[in-house]
Formats: sequence, structure tokens, C-alpha cells
Amino acid sequence: MGIVFHTVLFYLLAILACGFAVAVVLSNNIVRMAFYLVACLGAVAGLFFLAGADFVGALQLMIYVGGTLVLLIFGVMLTARGPLANIQTSRAQWAMVGLIGASLLAVLLYAATTAGKWTHSGQIVADRSHVSKPTATPIGLALLGVRADRLNAERTDAALGKGMAGYLLPFEIVSVHLVVVLIGAAYLARARRRATTPPMAATSGDSNNLDPGD
Amino acid sequence: MINPVAEPVSLMHYLVVGAILFVCGVVCMTAKRNAIGVLMGIELVLNGANLNFVAFGSPYLQSGGAPSLGLDGHLMALFVIVLAAAEAAMALAIALSFYNAHATVDVDQANELKR
Repeated sequence: MGIVFHTVLFYLLAILACGFAVAVVLSNNIVRMAFYLVACLGAVAGLFFLAGADFVGALQLMIYVGGTLVLLIFGVMLTARGPLANIQTSRAQWAMVGLIGASLLAVLLYAATTAGKWTHSGQIVADRSHVSKPTATPIGLALLGVRADRLNAERTDAALGKGMAGYLLPFEIVSVHLVVVLIGAAYLARARRRATTPPMAATSGDSNNLDPGD
Repeated sequence: MINPVAEPVSLMHYLVVGAILFVCGVVCMTAKRNAIGVLMGIELVLNGANLNFVAFGSPYLQSGGAPSLGLDGHLMALFVIVLAAAEAAMALAIALSFYNAHATVDVDQANELKR
């Protein structure tokens, strides 16, 4: 029995992803949590590549690791100062959370390990000999409403129309949703004066200093 | 003894990794008191779900005869990624607004509706 390098890479990336996810949970420092999350999501992108989802993996790296996490790190930088950087959780809360997490993990692991028994055929359908096909073009066509991947299946003409609907409407909905959310986020996070600073004294002092004619 | 690296990766492996990421995210969401930490837990949960979508849509994994989701799994994962970006932007804006008003990001301090 030789070594399957696909499996070796899978175990490497899986251990990285799970280990950094656990590190996110166990760490108390919010800055370190952000770094562990970057590493964890990068390992998950590697798992996407291993599963043949090259376009999703690339987008995971670009949008998640490059965009969303930079946003999160900006949030960390804007809010983590002094004692706020590590807020402790009490031991009773950790015990309750550990109980919930352990039971949820047991249920999910049971479901995951019995996934092969969901169907009774038991035959292996994956043909591992074929070379990997890039998925960017069919994904782009499916987002525009054309399912190029369904055209290759052996179907009669009547059944061909079924399931051929692409994702044009969800694509438009999600793009409008993104615009609305970004406008709303920019509105919510606009610069305002902190509530803790004394409002009148600070502003009058600043205006006196800045005014050249005073 | 079975050599673990001599067998091809099956769907079960991916589902186990997805389950671990999901549970880590749920624990992070419930245990952290920092609002940004709660957000990071949400990201972990979404990534666990995304990993399952991609695994179900993968043609390379042995799924025990179950039909693969194919490209639908990839497209669902893409929509989850985009919606996660939107959610992160919105939640960070809310967290920053809360920080501007209260000078803290401790979610236990956000209890004004109780009074």
C-alpha cells in the first residue's frame, strides 16, 4: 500500500484548520484570535482546492482571507485598546459552553461518520483517474443562467429543461444585497464623537486653538 | 493496523473537519464576550458549512454511491462567502457604532433593553 499524497495533504490541512479553529476558541487575546482565524481560513481554502473546487478556493482566499478578515482586523484595531483586548469568560460559563459544544460535536460526528450509510448502494462512483477540470467557466455561466455542466449529462430533451435554471436571480439578489449592506455599514460606522468625551469643553478648546483670528 | 495515509479521502473526512469547525464556531460564539470574537465564531460556523457544501459537490471524494451535488455545491459555497462578507461588514459597523456609544465591545454590557 503506497502513500496517497492527496490524503497526506488532506490530513496536513485538516490538522491545521482544526488546530487553528481550536486556538481561536481557546485564545483570550483578540489580536491573536484574528491571526489564528486567518490561518484557519487559509487551511480551509486549501481543503477546497483538494476537493476540486478551485474557483471557490481562490475566492475563499480573495474574499475571506483578503477582504473579510482584513475588515475584522480593522475592527480589532479600532476597538482593542488596553483592558478591552482580553475580556475573560468565567469558569461556569466555560463549563456550560463545553457541555454544549461536546454534545453538539458528538451529534455532528455521528452524522458525519455515518454519511456513507445514507445510501445503501455502497459503490464508489468517483473516478479518480481523470484530470481535474477547472470550474471557473461553468460557475460563471451558471451565475448567468446557463448550466453548461448539465448539458453533458445524458438526458432526454424533456428532462433537459428541468434543473437547467441557473443562478441569475440569486446572483442579482445577492449583488443588490451587497450594495445595500455596504451602504448601511458605511452609514452605521460613520465617524461620530465618542460619548465619553466631554462634548462642549473639548470642541470649544479645539476651535479656539485652530482659529487664527482669536 | 490501517495506514491512514494509504486510503483515499472520503466524504466522511471532510464532514468531520466541517463538524469540528462548526462546533468551534458555536463555542466561540457562546463563550466570547468580545463582540469581535463572536463575529469570528460566526465566520468559523459559516466556513464549516461551506466545507460541507464543497465536499458534497466534489467529484473526487468517495461518497458511498450518493450522487454528488456537482456545481450546485460550489455555487452555494460562493453565495455563502458573499453573504458572509456582507454580514461581517454589517456586524462590524454595528460593533463600531456600539463602541462609539459605550466605549466597550463587551456584549454583556449591551443590556439596555432589559432595564
